[in-house]
Amino acid sequence: MAMTLRDIINKLLRRQPASASTARERLQLVLAHDRSDLSTELLDQMRKEILEVVAKYVEIDVEEGAVSLETEDRMTALVANLPIKRTMSGQIKLKEPKNPLEENSQETEGTDQNS
Amino acid sequence: MATDTRVILICSGKGGVGKTTLTANLGISLARQGLTTAVLDADFGLRNLDLLLGLENRIVYTAQEVLEEECRLDQALVKHKQESNLSLLPAGNPRMLDWLKPDDMKRIVEMLKEQFNYVLIDCPAGVEDGFKNAMAASQEAIVVTNPEVSAVRDADRVIGLLNTNAIKPVQLVLNRVRPKMMANQEMLSIDDVTDILALPLLGLVLEDEQVIVSTNRGEPLTLNSVNSPAAKCYLNIAKRLQGEEIPLIDPTEENAGFAAKFRKLMQTKIF
Repeated sequence: MAMTLRDIINKLLRRQPASASTARERLQLVLAHDRSDLSTELLDQMRKEILEVVAKYVEIDVEEGAVSLETEDRMTALVANLPIKRTMSGQIKLKEPKNPLEENSQETEGTDQNS
Repeated sequence: MATDTRVILICSGKGGVGKTTLTANLGISLARQGLTTAVLDADFGLRNLDLLLGLENRIVYTAQEVLEEECRLDQALVKHKQESNLSLLPAGNPRMLDWLKPDDMKRIVEMLKEQFNYVLIDCPAGVEDGFKNAMAASQEAIVVTNPEVSAVRDADRVIGLLNTNAIKPVQLVLNRVRPKMMANQEMLSIDDVTDILALPLLGLVLEDEQVIVSTNRGEPLTLNSVNSPAAKCYLNIAKRLQGEEIPLIDPTEENAGFAAKFRKLMQTKIF
C-alpha cells in the first residue's frame, strides 16, 4: 500500500492514522462478505477444508496460509494464498515453489496433482 | 403525450441519506428546464416528499384511489405552486396497512408515462417490499449514498439487487460531502466510494446547512436559485441527467488557498 506524507508524519508522531483509510479497509472486508453471502463460520469451514485438500498433495505452511475473499469492481474472488514447503513425494517439480498457489472460486485448479 | 419517458428510481438502502431531498430538488430542476416531471412518493408508510415540496396540505387522493378508480389521475396529481411542470403523486397514505403489489406500481407508472417526460420514484428505505415494488416499475436508478461506511454498505446491497433486476443505467450521487474532512482524509474520498461501489458518478452534493432551512420552509433549494453550494450541485445533476457535460467539482479545491495546497501536499504518495 502506498503511504502518504501524512501517514509517515503520523507514524513518526505515533498518532492514529486518518480514519478514511480505516473506513476503506473495513468496508472492503465487510462488502466482500456481504456480496458472497458467506458467514464467517462458513468461510472458516471452507478454509479448513481447502487446507485439508491441499495438504493431501503438498506440504503447506498452515501458519502462513490464508484463504480470503477479495473484491474488485464488484467481482468477488476467493483467494487462497498457501505457501508450499515441499511436495509430498518430493519428485514433483513445482514451477515457482516460493510463490503462493492461487485459486479462483470459478476454476479449481489442481496444480501438480497428476504426477 | 410524452414519448421516451424516463422512469428513475431514487434509492439508497439506508434511510436519512438524502433520497427525498434529491428527488424534490431534481424534480424542481428538471421542471425548470421545461420538462414535465412527476415525483412519485413510493414510501406511503412514512411519506415526506409532500413536506419537502410544501404540498402537504394539498393532498386529497393518492395512487391507491386512482388504481381503485375512485378518482382520475389528474385529480390525484398535486401540481407544484410555483413550478407548474412538476406534479407530486403520493403512492398511498400512512393509514393503509397492506397495499401495493409490484403490478400496481407498474400500472400507476404506465399512466404517468403518458403525461410526463420524467417520473422520479422516491424509494422507501430498506430492501424489502417497499423497495421491490418501487424497483418493479423503474427503468433506471440513481443510488444516493453518503461518504460513511454504513451508507456505502447499504448502497452496495441495493446495487446488487438493481443489477439482478436488470435496472440500468445505475448511477451514483454522493451526498453530504464535507470538503474539509475529505481533504484531511477523515472522510471516505470520492474515489474510495466510486471504486468500492463501481458505479459512474452522476454527481456529488456538498454538505450545506441551507438544506435544513429549505426543508423547514417546504421550498427546495433549487426553487429560489439560491447561490448555496448544494443548490448548485443539484442543478448540475439535473443537467447531467439531460446529457449536458458539466465537470464535477473537486471538493479538495473547494477551500483553496494555502491550507488546501498544504493538504494536497500531505496527500502526495511517496511510496
